[in-house]
Amino acid sequence: MTVEALNQRTARIDGELKVSGGADYAGDHQLPGMLHGYPVVSPVASGRLERLDFDAAMGAPGVVEIIHGGNFPRLNRSPDSMAEENKVGEVRLPFEDDQIHYHGQYLALVVADSFEHARAAARLVSIEFSCAPAVAGLSSAGEGREVDDEAVTLGEPARALAAAEVRIDAEYRIATEAHAVMETHATLASWQDDRLTVYESTQGVVFHRNALAQVFAMAPEQVEVIAHYIGSGFGSKLFMWPHSVITCAAARLLGRPVRTVLPRQWNFANTGHRPASLQRVRLGADRDGKLQAILHDALNETSPVEAYSDSCASATPSMYACDHVAVTQRIAEVNHGTPTSMRAPGEASGNFALETALDELAVELGVCPVELRRRNFTVRDPASGLPWSSNHLLECFDDAAGRFGWERRDPTPRSMRDGHELIGYGMATQSWSAMRKHCTARASFLADGRLSIATGTQDIGTGTYTIVAQTASQLSGVPLDRVEVKLGDSQLPAGPLSGGSMATASTLPAVAGAVREAIATLQRLSIGEGGRFEDAAPSALEFRDGRLWHGDESASVAELLQTLERGSVDAVVSTAPGDEQKRASFRSFGAVFVEVRWDPGISRLRVARVVSTIDGGRMINPLTAHNQLEGGVVMGLGMALFERLEYERDGRLHNHNFADYIVPVHADMPEIELVTLDYPDLAFNEFGARGVGEIGLTGVGAAVSNAVFHATGKRIRELPIRLEALLEE
Amino acid sequence: MRNFSYQAVERVDSAVARHTEFATSAFLAGGTTLIDLIKLDVMRPEQVVDVNRLPLKRIDLLDDGRIRIGALVSNTELAHHPLIRARHPLLSAALLSGASTQLRNMATTAGNLMQRTRCAYFRDPTVPECNKREPGSGCAALTGINRLHAVLGTSEHCVATHPSDMCVALAAIEGAVEVEGPAGKREVALLDFHLLPGDTPEREHALEADELITSVVLAPHLDSAGAHYLKLRDRASYEFALASCGVILALDGQRIGQVRIALGGVATKPWRAFEAEASLVGVVPGRESFEQAARLALAHARALEHNAFKLPLARQAIVRALETALDDAQGGMSPPARSDTGAGSPAGDSP
Ligand SMILES: Cc1cc2nc3c(=O)[nH]c(=O)nc-3n(C[C@H](O)[C@H](O)[C@H](O)COP(=O)(O)OP(=O)(O)OC[C@H]3O[C@@H](n4cnc5c(N)ncnc54)[C@H](O)[C@@H]3O)c2cc1C
Ligand code: SF4
Repeated sequence: MTVEALNQRTARIDGELKVSGGADYAGDHQLPGMLHGYPVVSPVASGRLERLDFDAAMGAPGVVEIIHGGNFPRLNRSPDSMAEENKVGEVRLPFEDDQIHYHGQYLALVVADSFEHARAAARLVSIEFSCAPAVAGLSSAGEGREVDDEAVTLGEPARALAAAEVRIDAEYRIATEAHAVMETHATLASWQDDRLTVYESTQGVVFHRNALAQVFAMAPEQVEVIAHYIGSGFGSKLFMWPHSVITCAAARLLGRPVRTVLPRQWNFANTGHRPASLQRVRLGADRDGKLQAILHDALNETSPVEAYSDSCASATPSMYACDHVAVTQRIAEVNHGTPTSMRAPGEASGNFALETALDELAVELGVCPVELRRRNFTVRDPASGLPWSSNHLLECFDDAAGRFGWERRDPTPRSMRDGHELIGYGMATQSWSAMRKHCTARASFLADGRLSIATGTQDIGTGTYTIVAQTASQLSGVPLDRVEVKLGDSQLPAGPLSGGSMATASTLPAVAGAVREAIATLQRLSIGEGGRFEDAAPSALEFRDGRLWHGDESASVAELLQTLERGSVDAVVSTAPGDEQKRASFRSFGAVFVEVRWDPGISRLRVARVVSTIDGGRMINPLTAHNQLEGGVVMGLGMALFERLEYERDGRLHNHNFADYIVPVHADMPEIELVTLDYPDLAFNEFGARGVGEIGLTGVGAAVSNAVFHATGKRIRELPIRLEALLEE
Repeated sequence: MRNFSYQAVERVDSAVARHTEFATSAFLAGGTTLIDLIKLDVMRPEQVVDVNRLPLKRIDLLDDGRIRIGALVSNTELAHHPLIRARHPLLSAALLSGASTQLRNMATTAGNLMQRTRCAYFRDPTVPECNKREPGSGCAALTGINRLHAVLGTSEHCVATHPSDMCVALAAIEGAVEVEGPAGKREVALLDFHLLPGDTPEREHALEADELITSVVLAPHLDSAGAHYLKLRDRASYEFALASCGVILALDGQRIGQVRIALGGVATKPWRAFEAEASLVGVVPGRESFEQAARLALAHARALEHNAFKLPLARQAIVRALETALDDAQGGMSPPARSDTGAGSPAGDSP
């Protein structure tokens, strides 16, 4: 096996389907007799539902039924367990009580013969409610409560801080951010007796199936969840949300398939968001910049119905050589929809606080920010005490700084100019933990000579279809276009969530195992009775280039199967992480450098350049990997400058649409140069891949704010940075 | 979306006649405002009269130097028309700074004049208070999130901005709107076309019931003037102005002969800063006089809770637009549209 050939820029094998409209997304599916659901939601953020009046709506054209608390079946809450793979976005069942916890909370689902009829009728439902005072945002939510199992203390941080020669103590804020997925959430549910089939836009068909099985008290085998293609998720589609439960219940109640395509605006309320956070970072250092103490206290908003912790400071103990570290996490209830993981959850937010604080320390000490980070490089993970499996952060600094031209930086703020514009350079360390989960895959040699791979993970647009095909092709010699990949169906052998940058590292070993096992089975059968090479010695056989060789003689897979009179030869293999986590710490690192340009005459800030060098293990497909990293940078720029979900004084959403929730557009995009170092992390898995879905986003917020400080002399500790924060008169 | 009856017409008189048949009718041009607001349940016409087949798609140079633009000329076509680029680069630049290529391909000249405010409370019918949508209901923006709202021309009943970029350029260029209604044809001066909210914010323009805009006529251009449209916004494209400024400036020797200053994103209608203009005429241009003009332009501005930054921002836009238009005027010949639309790279907004 030559792994090098995997390291190829390979265009998505599903690309043509996607650009030609042939890829079937959840909301594309139609079933005979299908009805359409449209939600009725709470217009206020806090209070009690008094009465729903359906008279007008029930009489509207095309309306079949309205599902609400009065006719909703009794269901079970999911145990909400990560380990049991039935975690959900919101444990509370729809319509469970008449309490209103947030704006956009479902109150009913109008079901009609068309989407338009359902939408028109939904507007006719009159809602009587009483209002209660709402906690409108994190700033009025108080101190919240501590999340017990997240506090980490190494050494004696308080004492070390007090003894430090130089101290930094600052607070950092990040606004609530929406996933802003392009493909809205959608569910199509249909029941056949006691079997449930669900087309869902999900990042985890297995998790979704398990959760539905729990809620409807069924065996997992009775539920099938299908997600062939997903138009991005960014975490909002990891865990089941209430629209799916309501739609499945409606379909059962009505005995007909029901499809709910969530209206755009309610994707902003009911399918999670990155919670607003408030973080305090205290650093203690000696005059040389050696860190003596790091104290990182984070608070994030959660909803009244769920205790979501974003674990903002979780990576902090692992980042730098420092013996005295304390991190804590608190959560405070706010009358907003429930938050959830959003791309680089926690670490993206925590990184902003820590990496900005380090810049402040660098300024205080008069040390180059890169040099400060070099001086605090750690050869082992202070959190676990274990050595890194593979860590080339220092090379990332050198490589990115060199490409960026960091040496041209005059450290004095406001010192670099070009015409009207002040130029600022800033940088930050990037990081994301490496995770791996169990996975089962099936490999089948088919009678027509194709190799079919199946596993119950899914491709959320990242390129999973393609790297699975590449791996199978590489190991079997079957050309890429003769490899079929089946993903996105819970009936397939169980695969992992597409989240946490772990799909690659989890899936490929199982795929490789299944392919090898299928080859071995094919060989074994071919030397057995009735086989093409009956009675040949196993050692005399070689499988190469998609053919089985015996000396100079060879036969194709199709011929082998024909001789055996078999339709296919299958193998199913499960893999799981071993005890490597006991021997080393696994984490990806990178360095990101940003140039901003600030025109004080017209208060215009723009990002002119981004250079990022990533040590993320081996890139299986550099094309899709770079695409992920680049997308991460784009989202990081969104976090830094644009994205901010706004709430009214009474907690209602204000900008829950794509016109008013500002995401960056092409014209905002700077030149982005991305480099991957490509050191395989073979202790992690045989392919040496760690996953690159999230690391690209980390560091960008801090690098931008650090560059803004350099350009303007103003330290902005709140994201997004809007022009009024910088405006000078 | 509610049911409405739909009529496509071929002639101007039948468009008007059809329009009178229902109490609430709407002409449909590009639909980029109308269909959006119908889907949001903000506009609820009983009848939609599709005017896209009317013969109002020409751009003509009249004998007196004016240019007549048919109501249905698309924003894209208008922006790229050689006559417009040569004589009214400000208009071309303002158009290209707006919306996106796809939207500009659909959007029409009349539709752009008639586009509705982007006030989020206006666009969300689940918010009860909006005098523009529901006269007498109040104004949610006054105590709500009003970062994007106006600081000029506001009233206690409405503080919504007029969102158009095109109209800012038109306000500077001047001219007339030609309309046809049940009572025949008439002309409305461009500067009188949009109305201040006062205590009737639901009345946004000078059209009488059932009147159709047939064309916009641009006043002759100023000879050897410099021009500049500067749009400042939260992101570099596909976004409305926080503050924008269109300037046309003609020198008379060393001094300013004529100058027009129009503002967008800060006012309840496309705004002309007459006092500021007057302060500059006959003056030797310079930073100080520009800053003084900018102060005058905003002298009567009233900030709300979240939009106080618009005062200095608008002043900055004025000063920079004046400086750039002056450069342009001193550069001699009127070059193709010089625009500064906030894009990192100008390619972001080219078609
Ligand atoms: C996402 C988005 C971003 C945008 N960004 C910008 C921007 O940055 N800058 C900007 O300036 N604009 C922007 N726009 C607005 C856009 O310019 C307008 O929607 C467009 O100009 C309207 O023209 P239309 O032909 O589509 O009008 P329509 O939607 O067809 O009509 C709009 C209104 O005009 C009426 N009407 C149409 N024709 C006539 C007529 N002949 N006589 C009388 N009444 C008529 C209609 O009844 C309706 O009330 C944006 C729009 C969208 C959707
Ligand atoms: S500003 Fe005008 S449009 Fe907006 S809510 Fe107030 S009245 Fe309505």
